[in-house]
Amino acid sequence: MKLTLKIWRQTGPEDKGGVVTYPINDVSEDMSFLEMLDVLNEDLIAKGEEPVAFDSDCREGICGMCGVMINGEAHGPERTTTCQLHMRSFRDGDEIVIEPWRADAFPVIKDLCVDRGSLDRIIQSGGYISANTGSAPDAHATPVPKEDADRAFMAAECIGCGACVAACPNASGMLFMGAKITHLGEFPQGQPERDARVLSMTAQHDEEGFGGCTNLGECSRACPKGIPLNVISQMNGDLLRATRHQA
Amino acid sequence: MTAPLIEGLYREGEPIADTAAPKVPIETMWTQRKFDAQLVNPTNRRKLDVIIVGTGLAGASAGATLGEAGYNVKSFCYQDSPRRAHSIAAQGGINAAKNYKGDGDSIYRLFYDTTKGGDYRSRETNTYRLAEVSADIIDQCVAQGVPFAREYGGLLDNRSFGGVQVSRTFYARGQTGQQLLIGAYQALERQIGAGTVKMYARHEMLELIVVDGKARGIIARDMVSGEIQTHLADAVVLATGGYGNVYFLSTNAMGCNVTASWRAHRKGAYFANPCYTQIHPTCIPVSGDHQSKLTLMSESLRNDGRIWVPKRREDCEKDPREIPEEDRDYYLERLYPSFGNLVPRDIASRQAKNMCDEGRGVGPKVGDFRRGVYLDFKEAIGRLGEDAVRAKYGNLFDMYKQITGEDPYQVPMRIYPAVHYTMGGLWVDYDLQATIPGLFVAGEANFSDHGANRLGASALMQGLADGYFVLPNTIRDYLASGPYEPIDEQHPAVVEAQDAVEGRIATLLGINGDRTVDSFHKELGHIMWEYCGMERTEEGLRKAIDLIRSLREEFWRNVRVLGAADTLNQSLEKAGRVADFLELGELMCIDALHRRESCGGHFRAESQTEDGEALRHDDEFLYVGAWAWGGDNSEPILHKELLEYEAIELKQRSYK
Ligand SMILES: Cc1cc2nc3c(=O)[nH]c(=O)nc-3n(C[C@H](O)[C@H](O)[C@H](O)COP(=O)(O)OP(=O)(O)OC[C@H]3O[C@@H](n4cnc5c(N)ncnc54)[C@H](O)[C@@H]3O)c2cc1C
Ligand code: SF4
Ligand code: FES
Repeated sequence: MKLTLKIWRQTGPEDKGGVVTYPINDVSEDMSFLEMLDVLNEDLIAKGEEPVAFDSDCREGICGMCGVMINGEAHGPERTTTCQLHMRSFRDGDEIVIEPWRADAFPVIKDLCVDRGSLDRIIQSGGYISANTGSAPDAHATPVPKEDADRAFMAAECIGCGACVAACPNASGMLFMGAKITHLGEFPQGQPERDARVLSMTAQHDEEGFGGCTNLGECSRACPKGIPLNVISQMNGDLLRATRHQA
Repeated sequence: MTAPLIEGLYREGEPIADTAAPKVPIETMWTQRKFDAQLVNPTNRRKLDVIIVGTGLAGASAGATLGEAGYNVKSFCYQDSPRRAHSIAAQGGINAAKNYKGDGDSIYRLFYDTTKGGDYRSRETNTYRLAEVSADIIDQCVAQGVPFAREYGGLLDNRSFGGVQVSRTFYARGQTGQQLLIGAYQALERQIGAGTVKMYARHEMLELIVVDGKARGIIARDMVSGEIQTHLADAVVLATGGYGNVYFLSTNAMGCNVTASWRAHRKGAYFANPCYTQIHPTCIPVSGDHQSKLTLMSESLRNDGRIWVPKRREDCEKDPREIPEEDRDYYLERLYPSFGNLVPRDIASRQAKNMCDEGRGVGPKVGDFRRGVYLDFKEAIGRLGEDAVRAKYGNLFDMYKQITGEDPYQVPMRIYPAVHYTMGGLWVDYDLQATIPGLFVAGEANFSDHGANRLGASALMQGLADGYFVLPNTIRDYLASGPYEPIDEQHPAVVEAQDAVEGRIATLLGINGDRTVDSFHKELGHIMWEYCGMERTEEGLRKAIDLIRSLREEFWRNVRVLGAADTLNQSLEKAGRVADFLELGELMCIDALHRRESCGGHFRAESQTEDGEALRHDDEFLYVGAWAWGGDNSEPILHKELLEYEAIELKQRSYK
């Protein structure tokens, strides 16, 4: 296939950045989207031009490191991670616009790489169960109903990629946060810190510059792990409960 | 005894031994060691600085635990978040001797299976301890909220993994590694929030600082600003994972590397058993030259899929559905009637390679060869129905389709072996301390628990055992004698390390040759796979060493790294890693060459039984090969640690 790539280039956080057009030939449909960028980069280096910076690591759809906007869609036209998107989703002659995640809470570092440290800081503020090493009771001491365990698991599948934020017109991090709150909130172990968790996480979320949720649902549609919108309702329920308890 | 062929490639040094394990029966050894280890008063812990490089299962769990204990921890990883460490990709499960199924499992049995699975090349004492603390791991993870699979009664479920007769593998669908890592990551983030751990994401360790013979810090590069930083501490922990990416194509993440270990090796840490690589038989084959990595397909597929290739080469291009039964060679069923498609990983892998080398491989031609064999579910679909197969393997079938564009319900899958896991690593004693005092090594980065092979589900166990339970106890003994004398950033050893890093970066950026870093990496990978992969010969290894040497020479003369040092520069990052792989690759070949026996994943063509099976030589090779760096223009030095098996009896293996 022959394609025309329009890629966001930005030398650093201070640079204004802009779109540069690169024609590319010999793209095979077996390539993943990132392998296609690898091939482009090899060509650029051969020509003495600096390669395009983009993040990736596992290339298996599980580490959450990759992620770009492709023709305006987070991770591109299919519901998967960018590394698992393959070129057979495109046609010969296509023009593809490739940009970094867009959100105030994700400042651009260079080209397609952004800083998602804000997601880690949300977890730091309370996205855990406090259990010091070495004092845990036997794992069978607390049975967990299978339905609860399954729901916890579904929410725990979030890979922290940030596509939900990038897809949201408000750049809200609610799906990511709701997933964690749901995961931990389904377990008996997660109950003692349940109120404190939702209060501190939501406070941190706002402080980081993420927007509020207006129920548009773009996040869940873009999520490569299919995290459902109802984790946000669960989080809002927890928030209400926690503020009542506080009052 | 040294054959002339090997002369000049290495020297033999003094034997080495582990002196840290207490001389008591194996069942009480760990309790005794914990008791003997000196204590550190809680108020003194704050004054002690520990650097932990790596935030995978081993590093994140160690960081969280040492942070909780009150030490001053600095944690490093090259990704943008500690949650992305490569442990996240592990699919299958984690072993633990819980005996929840009441099927006769015990610490001893897990220890026995692990040692046997390692072909008796791991250290008995360490392996026993691994089995001993395994049960605590599950308790710890459940308390943190790791969503392991459960049964309807609310209790934890188990599955059985290849090669054992008990059901001891805990799992979280196909995402066990992810869930375990997120648990450890959350515990780590909690400490970061509490201020006991300071996290340096997007930082890469490029040098170890050794002062007066002790590990005292690291030089790291801030991968965003390019700043070269000095971090000093009382002890350094490396939990930097495996080096499978020396093969370029592997199931490892793109950034996996050997740099941290290799830099420590060059500063005096011994590197043990480098040639032991585990090859996984069921990966999606290479589809073309552009390929950047290989994807693992769970081994559970071999329970129902039948593996075959066409009997005749002429049929290899045909649509597999048009090849009649009588023209198919179900070679595993033919060669190993009692195990069939369920033979161990190394056998399944080697036979697939043999079929392709004979010219009977299937799928696209990559280079001169087709590298793939069929894994066929037609019979299973006929027997169980498509719905049942979908329920069992649906997600794997979808993943296969996503990557290859072929529907495995209609046409057989194609699979091929791929490099997966490395059992070699920095040599450590029972305390996980390297040959440099103050340097500790945890998880896949050390060599101790796996020997020459690996059963599934034991690497995750080792990472968490080391990080949560072993290291925090043993490092305590070392730290109790600290805080060590403060060092100045102007100390000659620090300046030397900084200069070395800056010099290397300047050199790489200054060469401005014709070839990209990736092209060197691919070529190295090709050499390693051909000659130091599943099957090795004296001649091939010898050739590989020559090829690697000239490739390395060309690299330093002709690599092209664009861009600057003081910005995010991914080519520069890669170049530094490939430079270290080019040195490690040679050592792997020397190690493989000197070990004239077949052992686990290491099949030496000269050492096989009459019917072509791996033949170990316990009389000659019952030792760990621990290599010391010999200097830039000098050969490495082999120190042998003899392996003593007291709790377990040595046996040859047979899968016929
Ligand atoms: C696809 C796949 C499936 C697997 N499935 C299983 C399974 O089912 N069961 C099982 O038991 N095992 C499995 N394994 C093996 C297991 O996942 C690994 O052995 C284990 O997770 C390694 O953990 P670790 O903590 O030692 O290292 P890793 O998780 O690899 O972590 C390495 C860390 O070091 C950091 N790092 C590395 N170099 C540097 C540097 N120079 N500077 C700074 N930071 C650095 C990285 O950023 C990372 O944080 C699998 C492996 C693969 C590849
Ligand atoms: S909720 Fe989905 S889109 Fe958002 S970070 Fe998690 S996996 Fe990515
Ligand atoms: S690179 Fe890991 S999810 Fe894409």
